[in-house]
Amino acid sequence: MLPGEIVEELDLPGGPTPVATLPEAAVQAPRRRRLSGIRLIAAAWLVLVVVLCALAPVLPLPDPEAGQGAIAASPGSGHILGTDQLGRDILSRILWGGRTSFFVAALTTGIAMFLGLAFGIIAGYFRGRIDWVIAGVADFVLAFPALILLIVLTSVFGLSIRNLVLGLSILGTPAFVRIARAHAMTVSQREFVLAARGSGARNGRIMVRHILPSVVGPVAAYALTFAAVVFVAEGSLSFLGLGVPPPTPSWGGMIAAGRPWLDRALHIVLVPSIVLIATVLALNFLGDRQEQPGRRR
Amino acid sequence: MAHYLVRRFLYLIAVLVAVTFTVSLMLSLPAGDPAQVLAGPEASAAQVDAVREALRLDRPVVERYIDWLGDAVTGDLGNSLRTNEPVIDSIRDRLPVTLELVILGQLLALLFAVPAAIFAAYRPGRPADAATTVSSFLMISSPSFIVALLLIRIFSVELGWLPTGGWVPLSENLGDNLRAAILPVIALALEPAGIYQRLLRSDMRRTLDEDYIMMAEAKGLGPRTILLRHSLRPSSFSLLTMIGIVSARMVGGSVIVETIFGLPGIGRLLIDSIGFRDFVTVQGVVAVIAVAYVVVNSFVDVLYGVVDPRVRVDAAG
Amino acid sequence: MAGSGTAHLRDADRALIRVEDLVVRFRASRNRYVQAVSGISLDVIPGETVGLVGESGCGKSTTGRAIVQLPPPTSGRVLYDGVDLTTLDAKQVRAIRPELQLIYQDPISSLDPHMTVEQIVGEPLDIWKRGTQASRRVLVAETLEAVGLDPKATLDKRPREFSGGQCQRICIARALILEPKALILDEPVSSLDVSVQAQILNLLEDMKDRYGLTMIFIAHDLAVVRNASDVVVVMYLGKVCEVAATEDLFASPAHPYTDGLLASIPQLRASRNGNGSQPRTLAGELPSPLDPPSGCRFRTRCPRAAGRCAEEEPTLRAAGDSGHHFVACHFPLVEAALAPTAAGPAVAGSE
Repeated sequence: MLPGEIVEELDLPGGPTPVATLPEAAVQAPRRRRLSGIRLIAAAWLVLVVVLCALAPVLPLPDPEAGQGAIAASPGSGHILGTDQLGRDILSRILWGGRTSFFVAALTTGIAMFLGLAFGIIAGYFRGRIDWVIAGVADFVLAFPALILLIVLTSVFGLSIRNLVLGLSILGTPAFVRIARAHAMTVSQREFVLAARGSGARNGRIMVRHILPSVVGPVAAYALTFAAVVFVAEGSLSFLGLGVPPPTPSWGGMIAAGRPWLDRALHIVLVPSIVLIATVLALNFLGDRQEQPGRRR
Repeated sequence: MAHYLVRRFLYLIAVLVAVTFTVSLMLSLPAGDPAQVLAGPEASAAQVDAVREALRLDRPVVERYIDWLGDAVTGDLGNSLRTNEPVIDSIRDRLPVTLELVILGQLLALLFAVPAAIFAAYRPGRPADAATTVSSFLMISSPSFIVALLLIRIFSVELGWLPTGGWVPLSENLGDNLRAAILPVIALALEPAGIYQRLLRSDMRRTLDEDYIMMAEAKGLGPRTILLRHSLRPSSFSLLTMIGIVSARMVGGSVIVETIFGLPGIGRLLIDSIGFRDFVTVQGVVAVIAVAYVVVNSFVDVLYGVVDPRVRVDAAG
Repeated sequence: MAGSGTAHLRDADRALIRVEDLVVRFRASRNRYVQAVSGISLDVIPGETVGLVGESGCGKSTTGRAIVQLPPPTSGRVLYDGVDLTTLDAKQVRAIRPELQLIYQDPISSLDPHMTVEQIVGEPLDIWKRGTQASRRVLVAETLEAVGLDPKATLDKRPREFSGGQCQRICIARALILEPKALILDEPVSSLDVSVQAQILNLLEDMKDRYGLTMIFIAHDLAVVRNASDVVVVMYLGKVCEVAATEDLFASPAHPYTDGLLASIPQLRASRNGNGSQPRTLAGELPSPLDPPSGCRFRTRCPRAAGRCAEEEPTLRAAGDSGHHFVACHFPLVEAALAPTAAGPAVAGSE
């Protein structure tokens, strides 16, 4: 409440007040997320693996698909991580297999995230009938048993990375739609969206310039978790012989191939297992919203 | 309420039709002659014809699907291309194994998760909390096929305590049955256990931050009463939902565990049938898994709707 | 108080904005509707500032938004420069937007947190493709200076680095950069500190002169609009109670509700009720708009309510001796000079 008299009594200068004298400019602490110790380790691991995988063609590595003589050699002896059941260098296969896994995970996550953002923002911004259709289809797809459908998909259409990516992205999109839609709905209520419309902005501009930037954060966090799921799913399918087609190295495939040697040469299974678990763990840690400061648990 | 249940039921039917139809559709999608593709590259002309005949691939998808659905409703899922036995019989033989794995897996997961969550929620931020958090993350991040292999190496190869695989039916010998089940169940339960622990811990923390908990503390109630009576119960709501979702997913996840341990469940049946290109059985098994999956999920949704009226309004609106 | 009616509207040719029988309905749940605005009429003459006053929930903000078609009203007409905006399609309404700008209640929430001040203030120019990149930069800086912000210190910052008052200045700059003809201010100072309120009110006065603006000033507080407004429209539960030139309204309120609002201003109460009579502050709660009272909507809280008020909705009619004073009340505190005195309860005021 501001009584009229007070305005007069204050006898403020007619001109606008200079910035410098304005009281208490609320300078909030920058909201940059700090990486806790464990998240830092997770990020470092991911960077390390991605860089090494990316550099695999230029690193001095033996051919990942050719035997090197010594079969199932233990780690250390000339081969840092040993050789597998066919005498192939495990480090080389890990890095080349990682290229496939990261490619599948990145492409799948990219497609699912893009589709999820597009449909989720449209549904959450426009609401009404289009929302009903999009949210309905998303719920529908979520009701499908994903792993089973993937197994049938690859068994019918044959093994190929393209089919794997296609299936995983279709089944992964609905979760992205839900998250993007929920956040878009909240942001659409904010007054800055109304203000943009008041300025004459068209719907497309509002969705891209004003809603997308607020929605992309939480969706990107989920993308990390989703990428972890893709790694596990791709590994599981490759393990079952229904994922990445051999002889292309893949982590799941390496673990499956080492299975008969479980009692004699554990490292054939253990090395790719540790790399896969560490990668999935790192993605899960980085994608976990609960761990972020400023959020009540 | 009745209105809501009817809507839910219609939705359930629609999803079931969509899932089973998708499988039918997938069988006719391969380029060229689907029968040739499904029978495999080495199949003889007679085998290709048999596949075409059994799956009715010469007919339009919709017609073929309606035929299949009509038979399926009466319990006829066709005869296996491999053994010529009715598919429904092999499913009936194998279903108890998968169900036992899922039920035991759920029990084991909860047996770990509930105490661990209470333990972690009681003193947040302490080393005990950090340790359970990290181990839960590790459990969530460990694919069951890796866990299964490592368990075999440790408990079967190294220690020789448990069999590497195989199955003894419950009706034959309870002890042997459990010995056969224990490693597969651990492999199956690890991921859900981590998920449950995270979920329950976070819900309990939120509950413990509420004012009424402070009141209870002020009244001098012991930590035991506060944790178990005032915090665990109101926090277990979303856990119940998650148990439903995981139950449905476990049926799918048992595919891997059953394959590794050589257990005669329906997941193994699916993989074997794919290996033998027996798509009549594949279609039947997928239909059964889909029904289980969708029914369990719907049951959870309905339960949610019964307990929390707000969900009902949203779902209707 | 149920001010339906259009007796108070001036000649249509003179008005820049003319609202007739505006009704806005929202869906509250499955088949329940809330009528937030139930037949409001008002007009604004070029260069004039009209204050729109009422308690929270009376529909004044909804009215402001309905005028700029965000969202469009359920029924009624909104004439801008003689054109009924409610009959235009989305494209045509959009073409009007640069001329008719709205300033929002919460300045912090109405700025996109992900944009810099330069992007925010320059966005309208970008939307309308006005000028070149370079000329836009210059205009943005000039406008920021006009609203009292140092461009050098603000252009590259984001909204969270500013106080509420500074954010409102940025909002004003964004609205003014398109050089609008009319500005609708939706409680522009209610979320600000008292000391900052005065600064923003002064800024708005300056901007009105500088840009030759016509304004609708929405507030829940009569004191805030007193100095800014030429005419005040008092609203209650989606209806108009009283319309008067500002001086008349403060000197001789005709509606019991206006009287109650005035009595709730401490300084005024001291001077007006000096002779020890009961303060006539408003008692009770605003009834739910889901289920408004019959007849006069104010009757449940009105000290003068009588049987007639429950049965018959009063319409706006002339009150007082001066030219522009209208009231929707069966038993007003001030009667028009020529109108017969209604048989009502004794006048308890200090007239």
